[in-house]
Amino acid sequence: MKPTAAALIVCACFLTESVVLAQNGKTEKLSVVAGPKYDPAIYAELQKAPEKARNRANPLQNDPEAVAAGSVLFEQHCAECHGNAAEGSRKAPSLLVPEVQNATPGTLFWVITNGVVRKKMPVWSKLPEPQRWQLVRYIKSLGGPPPVAETPAAKP
Amino acid sequence: MASVLRFISLGLFAISVVSFFSAIPALAQENPYIVAYDHYLEEPGNLEIEYFSTFGTQRGGNDFHAFWAEFEYGATAWWTTELYLDGQTTFNESTIFTGVRWENRFRPLKHEHFINPVLYVEYEHKSGADKILKEGEGHDVESDFLTPNSEARKEHINEMELKLILSSSFKGWNFTENTLAAKDLSNSPWEFGYALGASRPLALKASAKRCTFCPQNFVAGVEMYGGLGDRHSFGFHDTSHYLAPVLAWNLPSGWTLRVSPGFGLNDNSHQFLMRWGLSREITGFGSMVSRLLGGHK
Repeated sequence: MKPTAAALIVCACFLTESVVLAQNGKTEKLSVVAGPKYDPAIYAELQKAPEKARNRANPLQNDPEAVAAGSVLFEQHCAECHGNAAEGSRKAPSLLVPEVQNATPGTLFWVITNGVVRKKMPVWSKLPEPQRWQLVRYIKSLGGPPPVAETPAAKP
Repeated sequence: MASVLRFISLGLFAISVVSFFSAIPALAQENPYIVAYDHYLEEPGNLEIEYFSTFGTQRGGNDFHAFWAEFEYGATAWWTTELYLDGQTTFNESTIFTGVRWENRFRPLKHEHFINPVLYVEYEHKSGADKILKEGEGHDVESDFLTPNSEARKEHINEMELKLILSSSFKGWNFTENTLAAKDLSNSPWEFGYALGASRPLALKASAKRCTFCPQNFVAGVEMYGGLGDRHSFGFHDTSHYLAPVLAWNLPSGWTLRVSPGFGLNDNSHQFLMRWGLSREITGFGSMVSRLLGGHK
């Protein structure tokens, strides 16, 4: 029984250590700022998308449900780090900035597919391709002008 | 033993409470495999708590129910670490705790490729009564499980296990091949095994509404696993092999249910293994612990 108890304690220590170490690296860098900070270097990964990937068109560009479906997917998989409105948080950058909104759909699809593993963004290729394209549609929709009906100035 | 079981129960209870009251459950997008692994690691800072159960038939002896709890944590986007606590009930005999495992998976490549490797390293401290059948290895056969719990639990095994996981995603399908090499740290030869898997969600596009029964929440597939002998006698002779359809249901509340009936493919295998598992992913667990320890708020 003693070896088992010791092994349990060692495993628990390792798990705790991995949690703390994983958080420490992030905390040191992030404790300087209280919220998301605009840093163009964060978006450098977008420039790494290969030409072929960058030029891919969104096959769901004309799918009327893609934005709504992408919104659900965003809430389920992305909002925890990027914020509910994609405004960014201490964990991940804003997706409302021009670097993201002006990127081609293919570029965003490439980043979602490959993640930015060294900077804690996981690979999202476990979502089937159509769902990743739905996410791209939603993200791109965030940067567009607000719908006319929701703009007070548009009312007579 | 009672104190260890009490310790485990308390731990499970505490984590379950945290899980139930955690503000941010995430929709898990889990594969349905129970034995095979794909190349997707846990998201950084997330904790997945899992419970699995295996009912197995035993020719010439008592059927059994083996169970284990898993605590899977995404330390980084390229490293997932996992703690297992194992136990089993052999009917008409006893219920016993059978060991602990500490597993680590590393993703060496930054980007997604046609074939994605993941390196797996595990340390196991278990008794000879372990029956969770989490992998097929060496010359493990059904008759090995005939030893009564009272005797088998006296044997203590310290084992290292290495796996090379090669996994691909293609048109919504996942295909994975796992090669296993295990070494009892006493003077025993290296043992080998394999696991293969293929799976696909029932729908590739997401629905525009949150839903419980949407086809994209279900992932179906099949896995096959077994032993490949050891260093002195590599091959299929005196090994056991299984084929198991698998199904996962990812609920919007963050829970995942997995079911897998497994069938032995030769006379050395258990004829039938019924497996099921329940898991829940807690997002931001690392941040929560960090705050508790006085870290960044």
